[in-house]
Amino acid sequence: MKRFAALFTAIDQTTRTTAKVAALADYFRTAPDDDKIWTIALFSGRRPKRAVTTTRLRDWAAEIAGVPLWLFEDSYSIVGDLAETIALVLPPAASVSDDSLSYWINLLRDLSQAEDEARKTAVLRAWDRLDTTERLVFNKLLTGGFRMGVSQKLMTRALAQATGKPEAELAHRLMGDWSPDSTGFAELIEADDPAADLSRPYPFCLAYGVDDLASLGPVTDWQAEWKWDGIRAQVIARGGKLFVWSRGEELITDRFPELARLAADLPDGTVLDGELVAWDGSAPMPFAVLQKRITRKTVPKKLLAEAPVILLAYDVLEHEGRDLRADPLATRRARLDSLLQTLPPDSPLRPSPLIAAPDWETLAHHRADAREMKAEGLMIKRLSSPYHVGRKRGDWWKWKLAPLTVDAVMIYAQSGHGRRANLFTDFTFAVWQGNDLVPFTKAYSGLTDAEFAEITRWVRRNTLQRYGPVRQVTPHHVFEIAFEGIQLSPRHKSGIALRFPRMLRWRQDKTVDQADSLDHLREMLAQYG
Amino acid sequence: MNGTSMAAPVLTLTERGLYCAAGDFFIDPWRPVDRALITHGHADHARSGHRRYLCTDACMPVMRHRLGEITGETVGYGETRQIGDATVSFHPAGHVPGSAQIRVEVAGEVWVVSGDYKTEADGLCETFQPVRCHTFISECTFGLPVFRWQPQAEVAAEINQWWATNKAEGRTSLLMAYSLGKAQRVLHLLDPEIGPILTHAAVENTNAVLRAQGLPLPDTIRITPELDRKAYPGALIVAPPSVLGSAWARRFGPLSTGFASGWMQMRGVRRRRAADRGFVISDHADWAGLLGAIKDTGAQSLFLTHGYTEIFTRYLREAGYDAHVLATEFGGEDTDDSTAAHAAQGEDAA
Repeated sequence: MKRFAALFTAIDQTTRTTAKVAALADYFRTAPDDDKIWTIALFSGRRPKRAVTTTRLRDWAAEIAGVPLWLFEDSYSIVGDLAETIALVLPPAASVSDDSLSYWINLLRDLSQAEDEARKTAVLRAWDRLDTTERLVFNKLLTGGFRMGVSQKLMTRALAQATGKPEAELAHRLMGDWSPDSTGFAELIEADDPAADLSRPYPFCLAYGVDDLASLGPVTDWQAEWKWDGIRAQVIARGGKLFVWSRGEELITDRFPELARLAADLPDGTVLDGELVAWDGSAPMPFAVLQKRITRKTVPKKLLAEAPVILLAYDVLEHEGRDLRADPLATRRARLDSLLQTLPPDSPLRPSPLIAAPDWETLAHHRADAREMKAEGLMIKRLSSPYHVGRKRGDWWKWKLAPLTVDAVMIYAQSGHGRRANLFTDFTFAVWQGNDLVPFTKAYSGLTDAEFAEITRWVRRNTLQRYGPVRQVTPHHVFEIAFEGIQLSPRHKSGIALRFPRMLRWRQDKTVDQADSLDHLREMLAQYG
Repeated sequence: MNGTSMAAPVLTLTERGLYCAAGDFFIDPWRPVDRALITHGHADHARSGHRRYLCTDACMPVMRHRLGEITGETVGYGETRQIGDATVSFHPAGHVPGSAQIRVEVAGEVWVVSGDYKTEADGLCETFQPVRCHTFISECTFGLPVFRWQPQAEVAAEINQWWATNKAEGRTSLLMAYSLGKAQRVLHLLDPEIGPILTHAAVENTNAVLRAQGLPLPDTIRITPELDRKAYPGALIVAPPSVLGSAWARRFGPLSTGFASGWMQMRGVRRRRAADRGFVISDHADWAGLLGAIKDTGAQSLFLTHGYTEIFTRYLREAGYDAHVLATEFGGEDTDDSTAAHAAQGEDAA
């Protein structure tokens, strides 16, 4: 564990990408294969099966630390990370351990079969042999969720440096449904022809935001399409089977049974990139409708009828088993159109329409219609572009609509978690209804650290009332709240719910009487809801 | 604020701060008053605008440096003063040089205001001394069991190791620490054999005041606009946190940045600072330090200010104390920034 904990520390101690990649590459050059494969797994979101419930971990940690459970829980809510909270409250370890990362992971795997008492003994024994950083890592293995400021992309780059293999090839090898329990480092990374995995998706091509279109050159070099507000997905038809992957690399096939027929409808060896949307027969339904489907692993018939899902296809990445990603977008799109023409009219797969425009200005007019089209804006893609691996600047751009905004009054403040534990960052906002301020949303992002520090000092001095961690403050500060959508919501006092609310600006130039009214929000609801 | 005691409270909380009616004075008031007793020179405790100040001998030079010409008197540690019907004395708090706890006795009833304090001896300021009392008003900035400080020598080794590594890699080390207290503490921990130590004007001005009082600080080079910033390869700079990411800092070439604060114990806070390294070093007591200090006072009645007051108070009540939250306007660790740092940038530009 010492080597892996040292890697963790090296990555954690720097904000420089090059230093992180160098530390990882060094690790990949020197660590044993068993540790390397687990490191790759952890940094690509795979984790050992959970051996112990977090409830038991909290009980044990509080017991060993000699503090009441509520105090442990309160500490956890401030630190914001269970693994870290446990690592910090435990008394210093009595001894040390030279065991490797894979030793501890194997120990955890065996624990999942053990009795509760044996689990406790093993975990307590581990805690007593690991220093604070090693404990943090060990606890992260126990609790899952191994995020530490290294994206899969950086890890892949480090792996490329250490192995000499091209980054794009490695990115593809790491996709899909493999597990370090059954796949070794050599097999995954080094074998010349890794067992072709039928379900394996391609890394998604991602876009940066753009504002200045004039810099993109002639509009005829570009393809424009709607940027749908759904779930970006890859649909794979191979070997008579269908696989649906989300952008977060989650296999979500079973959640969308209406797509199953595509296994037969599409020619074998087809991979499409598109957007899953709830479809009313002619247009996408609001994201909130799709949201009901996302969390359901099995879908009741009623919901299937209320919120039927289709794929609006953007691109074809593989056709008849051939990787098309190096072909120009124009060629791929032509192939996509001819492929989809052969589908029956009731197919849950449609091409996402292209938007033709003679100049950027016309396109800007189309973009202004996006909200009515139930889209978030436009995607602008260079017609000659390949399908890149990950996010690359230059060929794909997202040109989103400006958000909706409302000026609101801050009425409650709560301190943040994790990196914002000692600041007031979570605010509740209200708008006017007659002479009353009606709360309608919370927001906790959008301000700079300096602004949060300033508002924190203000909250300390202007608290009217405390409700546990929540402080009611003098209605004084006006913030411009930006959001992407507005919906009717019987669950909220105000009767509305916002999508992605955040603080766009602290309007120190405005007084509370200049904040907007609930009527104003209701007008927005009528127009865009 | 009525403790368990039957006697009238020695101190009460007013809009202007903690007030002693028997002596007609305030302790660390946050609005202008006639007579202010000050625990230490940080901006959230020592404010300007009071008519008369009383603090320790060692505290006054820093107060004058920060607040300008103020009218006031000083006392030595442990010396008693009669103010009206109250007997007051100042006792080492171990927070920053000159800092004190203030003991107030009225008709046999003893209350102690801790100010800010730490229990570990840092070799620089007067070491914390527990004072027996009936009622203890304690800070609890780090009143959670996740805060456990390493011994100072271990942090010193980490900082010096970081500096030496940066030097070897051709980087200048920028260590951010508040200009009064933390800056001198880290200066005291540095190994001057590694390389030259440069200081931001705000830090150096405070150094000058404290050196004049005999504080043992290593030799430092003041950063002035005329200083050739490339002439000190491998140097370590001590500066207030406001310089992070500033043009001032960029002029030193490739940097590794470090931040010294108790908050660095939490990984999330460390990352928010966007510094390369966080060094966990605080001039406040950690969890065990707070509990030990409270126990040593022998007080049954407690008031808790700045920090996780609700949580800490609940814990103390369960432990059998008569404990209450006291809502003050003190800020705790790292709140002494705006005044000091802004003043500092002004000085640098001048």
